[in-house]
Amino acid sequence: MTEAVTETMTESIPLLELREIAFQRGNTPVFSNVNLSLMAGDRLALVGGNGTGKSTLLELIVGLHRPSAGSLHAFGEHRVNEAGFRSLRARVGLLFQDSDDQLFCPTVIEDVAFGPLNLGHPDADARQIALDTLASLGLDAYAERVTHRLSGGEKRLVALATVLAMSPEILLLDEPTNGLDQEAEQRLIAHLQALPQTMILVTHDRRLIEQLANRAALMQEGTLVDAVIHSHPHQHTHAHVHIHPRGEHSHRSHSDPVPPHSDHHLNDSEA
Amino acid sequence: MNSLLSLGSERQPTWARKRDPRLRVVAALWLALVAVSLSQPLALASLLLLVLLLAGLLRLPWSLLFQRLLAFEGFMLVLTLMLPFSVAGDPLFQLAGFSASEQGVERALVILLRANTVVIGMLTLLGTLEPEQLGHALGRLKLPDKLVHLFLLSVRYLFVLLDEYRRLRTAMRARAFTPRSDRHTWRSYGWLVGMLLVRSMERSQRVLAAMKCRGFHGRLYLLDNNRWQLTDSGLLLLFILLAAGPWLWESGMLTALPGGAIP
Repeated sequence: MTEAVTETMTESIPLLELREIAFQRGNTPVFSNVNLSLMAGDRLALVGGNGTGKSTLLELIVGLHRPSAGSLHAFGEHRVNEAGFRSLRARVGLLFQDSDDQLFCPTVIEDVAFGPLNLGHPDADARQIALDTLASLGLDAYAERVTHRLSGGEKRLVALATVLAMSPEILLLDEPTNGLDQEAEQRLIAHLQALPQTMILVTHDRRLIEQLANRAALMQEGTLVDAVIHSHPHQHTHAHVHIHPRGEHSHRSHSDPVPPHSDHHLNDSEA
Repeated sequence: MNSLLSLGSERQPTWARKRDPRLRVVAALWLALVAVSLSQPLALASLLLLVLLLAGLLRLPWSLLFQRLLAFEGFMLVLTLMLPFSVAGDPLFQLAGFSASEQGVERALVILLRANTVVIGMLTLLGTLEPEQLGHALGRLKLPDKLVHLFLLSVRYLFVLLDEYRRLRTAMRARAFTPRSDRHTWRSYGWLVGMLLVRSMERSQRVLAAMKCRGFHGRLYLLDNNRWQLTDSGLLLLFILLAAGPWLWESGMLTALPGGAIP
């Protein structure tokens, strides 16, 4: 059952389209009437409270759950069964919330090469793809490392490499900066910014949304509503907490009593 | 954390670290075969000597080795004390009305030597390998895929589970839990184990989901470099011959050679 999406113009066919998707866990409805079109180049921030089903929606897109109602179209095809989703998973990469779930191979290189091998690349090619992907993320030195001895930040980047090694067209990121320290987070964001892929990111991290997203949607009261990342000039005061070693800089005062802020303001996605 | 699984693999000399892991697996198998086929204390003692020599060559940290052996020797001690009195034979000496037999003492000595040879041999040869290397070696030695994968996945998630266990334990302690021998303690431990099982199951489902996302279709791949060299073959041959020595001597095949001892 492949039903091409023909009603829209060729240039504006969404990569991914959810139509009136509903999902329930047991008898408890999680969400319903979810409509979403993802266009090439979109970097959609999916926000909403805990337990509203944001992660579930990502898992549903790659076919780890089946919707109880509605239809899912990806790359112009209606996806209904495991076969449909299997071909979809090669083009849509999901980065899991807990990298320990994603990295299951003994060594980093094997983990990164796992996807390409599954796609049918011979051993040598898969190894090269894995090495190239690692190099693109600055992880050259990690190839032979044992996965369970990596730090949290390293694991997240390697997990990203395992997804990127399959050269997906869409990236689904489930709380990518969760549990990372500021340095690891900034490093991850820098890498994500450099990627050409269309993305959906589930996150509570304001900084990530500010630096990465160009569209937003809000999971609210059991459904998905379009949201606008808006910018408006505002004047407010707040305490600036500076953490530094005791005794150091403690007598220095700010030259300007009201330091300028600029990074709160976002480009309007509709503009 | 590292020393939980492998014994000082980073202290090994370079020549030993460069060897293909399969060399050690095959050597360990051969050692175990020889050890179980020997039945004379002197032959076993010479094999044990060989193993200890090997442990020295691989710079196995002795303190760590003895630590590992401790649990096992406790069990051996009981066996060694019981056997002389429970095996019938020529009486050797009397203790509190029980007589120890000569055959019993010999049997105890043989078991003690044999068990120590095998255990120290395994710790020396396999214990110094990284578990990942061991998994790869087993895979390359054509062991069933399912077993190799089970082993590698166990190694991968052992520490994740251990961390989960520690977190739960800390959470219990944070609420002033101290183990006693009462119903409350047993029930709490029951919940701890139950919670670990539930979490492990959930994790395994997430791992499978992650694997499916990357196109898993029932096959896992092992990527490692084949490092078997002439040196590996040479060393394996040398080890096989050396370890076979006590066996040849015991079975009397060395008597024809000059200097061959006759037991």
